Amino acid sequence: MSEEPDVDTSEAPAVTPPGSDDSGGDGHEVVLRLTDVVKTFPGVRALDGVQLEVRAGEVHCLLGQNGAGKSTLIKVLAGVHHADSGEVLWLGEPFAPATPQAAMRARIATIYQELDLVDDLSVAENAFLGHEQSRFGFTKRRSAAVKTREILARLGHAEIPPRQLVRSLPAAAKQVVSMARALSHDARLIVMDEPSAVLAHDEVENLFRIIRGLTAQGIAVIYISHRLEEIREIGDRVTVLKDGRTTAANLPARDTPTRELVSRMTGRTIEYVFPPRPTAPTAEPLLVVEGLSRAGEFADASLAVAPGEIVGIAGLVGSGRSELLETIFGARRADSGRVTLDGHRITSVGGAVRHGMGMAPEERKSQALLLDEPVFKNMTLSSFAGFAHAGFTDASDERKAASKTADLLELRPRDVSRPARTLSGGNQQKVVVGRWLLGGTKLLLLDEPTRGVDVGARAELYQVIRGLAADGVGVLLVSSEVPEVLGLADRVLVMREGRLIHEAPAEELAEDTVLDLVMAGSLMEGEAA
Amino acid sequence: MITETAPPEVQTGKGKRRLDENVLRNLGLVGVLVLLVIIGIITRPDLYSDPEWVKDNIFTILQQASAIGVVAVGMTFVIIGGGIDLSVGAIIALAGVWATTLATQSYGAAGMIFCALLVGLAVGLVNGVLISYGKLVPFIATLAMMVAARGLAAQISGKQTQVSTNTTINDIATTRPLGIPLLVWILALVVAIGWIVLNRTTFGRRTVAIGGNPEAARLAGINVKWQTLLLYGLSGLCCGIAAIMLTSQGTSAQAAMANLYELDAIAAAIIGGTLLSGGRGTIIGTLFGVLVFATITNLFAINNLSTEVQNMVKGGIIVAAVLIQQFRYRSLTQLLKR
Ligand SMILES: Nc1ncnc2c1ncn2[C@@H]1O[C@H](COP(=O)(O)OP(=O)(O)OP(=O)(O)O)[C@@H](O)[C@H]1O
Ligand SMILES: [Mg+2]
Repeated sequence: MSEEPDVDTSEAPAVTPPGSDDSGGDGHEVVLRLTDVVKTFPGVRALDGVQLEVRAGEVHCLLGQNGAGKSTLIKVLAGVHHADSGEVLWLGEPFAPATPQAAMRARIATIYQELDLVDDLSVAENAFLGHEQSRFGFTKRRSAAVKTREILARLGHAEIPPRQLVRSLPAAAKQVVSMARALSHDARLIVMDEPSAVLAHDEVENLFRIIRGLTAQGIAVIYISHRLEEIREIGDRVTVLKDGRTTAANLPARDTPTRELVSRMTGRTIEYVFPPRPTAPTAEPLLVVEGLSRAGEFADASLAVAPGEIVGIAGLVGSGRSELLETIFGARRADSGRVTLDGHRITSVGGAVRHGMGMAPEERKSQALLLDEPVFKNMTLSSFAGFAHAGFTDASDERKAASKTADLLELRPRDVSRPARTLSGGNQQKVVVGRWLLGGTKLLLLDEPTRGVDVGARAELYQVIRGLAADGVGVLLVSSEVPEVLGLADRVLVMREGRLIHEAPAEELAEDTVLDLVMAGSLMEGEAA
Repeated sequence: MITETAPPEVQTGKGKRRLDENVLRNLGLVGVLVLLVIIGIITRPDLYSDPEWVKDNIFTILQQASAIGVVAVGMTFVIIGGGIDLSVGAIIALAGVWATTLATQSYGAAGMIFCALLVGLAVGLVNGVLISYGKLVPFIATLAMMVAARGLAAQISGKQTQVSTNTTINDIATTRPLGIPLLVWILALVVAIGWIVLNRTTFGRRTVAIGGNPEAARLAGINVKWQTLLLYGLSGLCCGIAAIMLTSQGTSAQAAMANLYELDAIAAAIIGGTLLSGGRGTIIGTLFGVLVFATITNLFAINNLSTEVQNMVKGGIIVAAVLIQQFRYRSLTQLLKR
């Protein structure tokens, strides 16, 4: 990682989209134009003069660090927030939706970064929430179910039953339902805020197929992601935000050099590298898992993690990885098998935490955060008792420790007194991971630790995790991003359909091999690649 | 077009915002109190012209608020922890009746106090066990307890009013250490302890955590069930204290005492800014909520109005207070956004 001056500032901001010829439809007409849009929250100028131009039939990508203002921007479009000043032109008309309903009526549909589904309604009810099909006030449940099934089939997920309660669906399926909701409107612009964050590799492909179908009909898409590869693959043009300002507009998505994109985002260049691996640790295993099973989720999982070792689990969403992690942590009861940490049998979360295990769960909002509480209390949620004296909490000590972690993880804004609710998605993720860096943890279970975290902070986080390992902490890591598992872990386990099917040192595995293992479960096809 | 922007040093000490909201809400309640006093002055200028009467009346209001205030503090903890306790009135009745049986009275004042506290705590813990380990919904568990505890109280007392012959107990309501009624001291003590426990101890932190996001609390290693159990125990204990206070005030206990206390306690907490869905609330807010109710009751008493009218107005005031608060909260956030 190095601080360098800006690579190239001579780029003219308005470049025509090179990929627009294959987007078909009704050409390059500008459907949306934002000029100098400003939006402030108490103490933060989330948007500080944003310019954006979106054309029909294009995929327009928004890039920016955590907290740059991407989600705020799309919430202004969606009628969730109202701009303080600036001009929004939608289809040539000034546009300021008072409510999300107004935005939907104007044919702008949004898939939010945080899932916004009602857990106790069915898939179909969620898909048509806010614009229910009804006659004389009675909802037309059958036709909603039929239409939902149609949309789900279009999305390649015909297996999701429209009548099932959303509560019982796994995270990836919920994302699909959010998408179905956006498609249930007859939208001319679909905004997607990090839709791929919860999706596995093959599902991202599927998502791209759907997006291509949409743009072919002339529908415009605004696509937000921290994964540059995705932007290269699906995007036509890119607008970069930094600290609420547009720092570059309408760059060609395919051929703008990565160095340039990153420097526009961060004001510096970041080498996107993993920290070097020290020589393999050989100590007695810290965590031993033997024959762990849970009906319908995973079976006969055995693994070991030594102090100072990072073990990665690669697998698709739904392969049972998260369930395995939660069971090791004692948050789910195993049907059979045993987990020991340092010789202590682990059967409950309380015991796990007492013996020095920590877990950053997959879903930060529902599983990890107290949204109304300040950041520092969220960070100390598992350790505040350790800061306390005779039952009395020590807020100033907690604040100090949390501030240190916030520095380490480049939290922004850095102020740890803000309620967690007001943080951007990626920064919330940093708080969740930061919780277990506050000391006393011997074994860290990380479920998708970099989901939604921007490029710069991601490199930082890798350093932190490697640093922990160097201090003797064992790490068990689950990630949908194969390069991440291969780059960060010492040893890799491959999980497929609830079984650990392969184990090897990370150096000996190629990305393609892992991908093939993950999907097909056989080494044979992978070798050809 | 492309400019390198200055570093994002935009953050300021806005963590104080939440606190300011609470302070503002409490100021609003003080405003309501002032308004009520002004109405009192307008309707009964004759009484308010006598400073001695005014002082006495303040003590009357505070004494009236004392028992319900103690219960409301416990209720605030339960609600912040994500629950609700509908059985508080019934627990008071059971504790009061049990403490005033002839058998208990024979152990003297200490025996009676011990009995009331123990009964309150025990019934509260039963609630807690049903809810956290029996997995009953708090509403149902405490609703059942409300019916059952009053039933048991009626059984024990044979539906008779049990007179307390213990002068120490009866004196609690009349003694005035340092010129301030003992009941008011007790309320002040419970409020102070409640505030400290909620804001400065691990117990309080756990309460907020399990109410704000039980799953997050669980995965952070907090024993959610145990904490829930303790919260209902705490509420029960507060009811035990209130039972002694009420018994002393009436020099008797009966199965019908503390009728509808659950509603008053819940209403006071909600008016004071406690979120019914859990995770947020303040003890001071609850205290103000209780005081508003006591002042209204007093206003009706000094104007010789019937309790029927009083109840109707009370209901209206609950709705109005919540509406005003929402309005103020919204306009406040709008204002801060500018
Ligand atoms: N409701 C809110 N109240 C106060 N501040 C907020 C609120 N919502 C967002 N912010 C602040 O506005 C800034 C921009 O946040 P935003 O969510 O738009 O970032 P983002 O670009 O989407 O980041 P990420 O990649 O992490 O999702 C951040 O500093 C954030 O803390
Ligand atoms: Mg965002």
